[in-house]
Amino acid sequence: MTSLPLKQREKMLHEVSQELHTNEFTGAEILLKALEAEGVKVIFGYPGGAVLPIYDALYKNKNITHILTRHEQGAVHAADGYARSTGKPGVCIATSGPGATNLVTGIANAYMDSIPLVAITGQVALAALGRDSFQEADITGITTPITKYSYLVKDVKDLARVVHEAFHIATTGRPGPVLIDIPKDITTKKASFNYPPELDLQGYRINNVINATQIGKAAQAMLEAKQPLIFVGGGAVASGAAEEVTSLAQMLSFPVTYSLMGKGAFTDNDELCLGMVGMHGTVSANYAMWEADLVIGIGVRFDDRVTGDLSTFAKNATVIHIDIDPAELGKNVYAHIPIAGDVKQVLRELLKVLKAKSVKPDLKPWLEKIAGWKKEFPLRYEKSDRLIKPQFVIQQIYEVTKGEAFICTEVGQHQMWTAQYYALSEPRRFISSGGLGTMGFGLPAAMGVQIAHPDKIVFNIAGDGSIQMNSQEFATIAQNKLPINVAILNNHNLGMVRQWQELFFEERYSHTNMSGQPDFVKLAEAYGLKGLRITRPEDVRPALEEAVASPSCYILDFHVDDTENVFPMVPAGASINNILGR
Amino acid sequence: MKHTLTVLVENKPGVLTRIAGLFARRGYNIESLAVGRTENPAISRMTIVVEGDDRVIEQVGKQLYKLIEVIKLTDITNDEHVDREMILIKVNADPAIRGEIMQIVEIFRARIVDIGRNSLIIEATGDEGKINAIESALRPFGIKEVVRTGKIAMARGAKSKNGRNQEAL
Repeated sequence: MTSLPLKQREKMLHEVSQELHTNEFTGAEILLKALEAEGVKVIFGYPGGAVLPIYDALYKNKNITHILTRHEQGAVHAADGYARSTGKPGVCIATSGPGATNLVTGIANAYMDSIPLVAITGQVALAALGRDSFQEADITGITTPITKYSYLVKDVKDLARVVHEAFHIATTGRPGPVLIDIPKDITTKKASFNYPPELDLQGYRINNVINATQIGKAAQAMLEAKQPLIFVGGGAVASGAAEEVTSLAQMLSFPVTYSLMGKGAFTDNDELCLGMVGMHGTVSANYAMWEADLVIGIGVRFDDRVTGDLSTFAKNATVIHIDIDPAELGKNVYAHIPIAGDVKQVLRELLKVLKAKSVKPDLKPWLEKIAGWKKEFPLRYEKSDRLIKPQFVIQQIYEVTKGEAFICTEVGQHQMWTAQYYALSEPRRFISSGGLGTMGFGLPAAMGVQIAHPDKIVFNIAGDGSIQMNSQEFATIAQNKLPINVAILNNHNLGMVRQWQELFFEERYSHTNMSGQPDFVKLAEAYGLKGLRITRPEDVRPALEEAVASPSCYILDFHVDDTENVFPMVPAGASINNILGR
Repeated sequence: MKHTLTVLVENKPGVLTRIAGLFARRGYNIESLAVGRTENPAISRMTIVVEGDDRVIEQVGKQLYKLIEVIKLTDITNDEHVDREMILIKVNADPAIRGEIMQIVEIFRARIVDIGRNSLIIEATGDEGKINAIESALRPFGIKEVVRTGKIAMARGAKSKNGRNQEAL
């Protein structure tokens, strides 16, 4: 082996001794060391000019797995899916300019659903900032309203602290996305590394004090209620309070309904569960909300898709509202008994107080009434032995996976059918874009879920519209051999929009027909994946069984009845007792 | 109803953007916003006058508190407080009518801070009512330009809005 030229050798030795003696690292190395210290095992990203030094450091790093997606939007949704299914923060990385702006939808999506996410973006060098330089975009400015916080790092000495603060902010209190924008020269400058650095956040407070008076009032109201209803949302999932929600409901025999984000926080398989409430919620849940004299909102934000007309929502009810974010209390619906605090802690306090009381409310008439609604208005659809009904596919997925799969969805009719027909008994199993309603979320999110849970069955239930919004990620799935099962409920239409056009726009189907679709089976084959087209009801089950049994990614193209609509339905802005398609 | 909020924030880049953005995005009406450093250079104080009913003001407060840089927020509308605004008015003033203008300036205990050939710049401080009054008193002469600072306010008494008792310092 020939020795290196003297000059180069000297340079290398100098670098090594520098590192040994002063313990200094480049910004890129500091970033990765800080991520390791935060427990990050996997990041999703896409390289580019401004992040070259970071990718160079990744090349040498042995502890962090990087998943190369095919679009930055894929990276941020994958990080989001990872976070939703594990409860740990997801991490994604993109270059400056278009790389950063391609993250925007995913960041907004995580913000709306309060998902802990740390997004790292490269930025042009400090000296080039503000000069409209090549691939420069003001990403901290762009993301200010859709992040919990954002940083532009201007000194390499701040970098470790910024990363530490970012994870702290993203994961504590009401979780949310935090963005760190790092100019390219910061990643090559050197500084020492001590971790964890001290937090410098005097204005950031997390409410740890639970108001005992409010707990007492809430307990009293619960014991006096004749027609109570527990309404559980994403906050219960985020807080890890499924157990406490279950204890509360079962202890008092209170019926439970949930928002889309709350699915899984209380088992669908309990007699007390009424399923989802709101626009496409069950009739029994909406009627119960309408007639309740006590609504206990747990980690919910009373979104318009739940409440319908605010002026008539739960108008006879006393409202107990529990949320970690005080700004949610009274934002949309007046809370008679607001309780600010971590849902799990609040429920524990409540349970303590309730356990000490011997009286229990007599709810027999209320529960009988609800049972009557359940019997009279179950979820239903017209069965067919000729056409594949989309609801039937979901039911079959449920049966084949025994209700134990991780279920991701895109956005649209298939999403609502999944929420209605896939019964879940665990939190963090239903991975769906709630607040923002992002088509194209499901496929990359499923990658994050599968990477976090390599041995579990992961489904992405999609529509033929949504799947085409991020279908480039099939390449990521192929490259990483992820055994995701993709069930496309293909109705050759943007079904949900079409449904609204049918119901509210006199059947003027403006630009909702999706002719010119790819052959999804050939698409699967093009990526080296498995593809099946299913056109007859009797082939649904065998196709699903084949996909689930196989370690390959399957794209299952179910040609479903293209006129099927999602019912029940409360029209937007109507009172929730005004239900179409009961 | 108008509310006067005094907000202590960390003196960091982007704070003003975040607060202004929050008001714009959620549709709150800012009447005025004044910001400046406090006795502690790491902290700035904003005085925000915002219009809204109690429910809106409650949301404004809660949403502001969610911003990481917001350290403390107080609604001093119903507390005893001193509030001041400053105005600079450039008014037409031929030598012939200067005397009349100077009388008005005298009455309002304002000051003339610049004289041009045909104009004067007048500086006045006071509460909103006084500032409005001097502006309308000078309007007949022809106002060429007006700059107002927006209201700054401070609660009366010993208790400091930094959350510390001044006696303890």
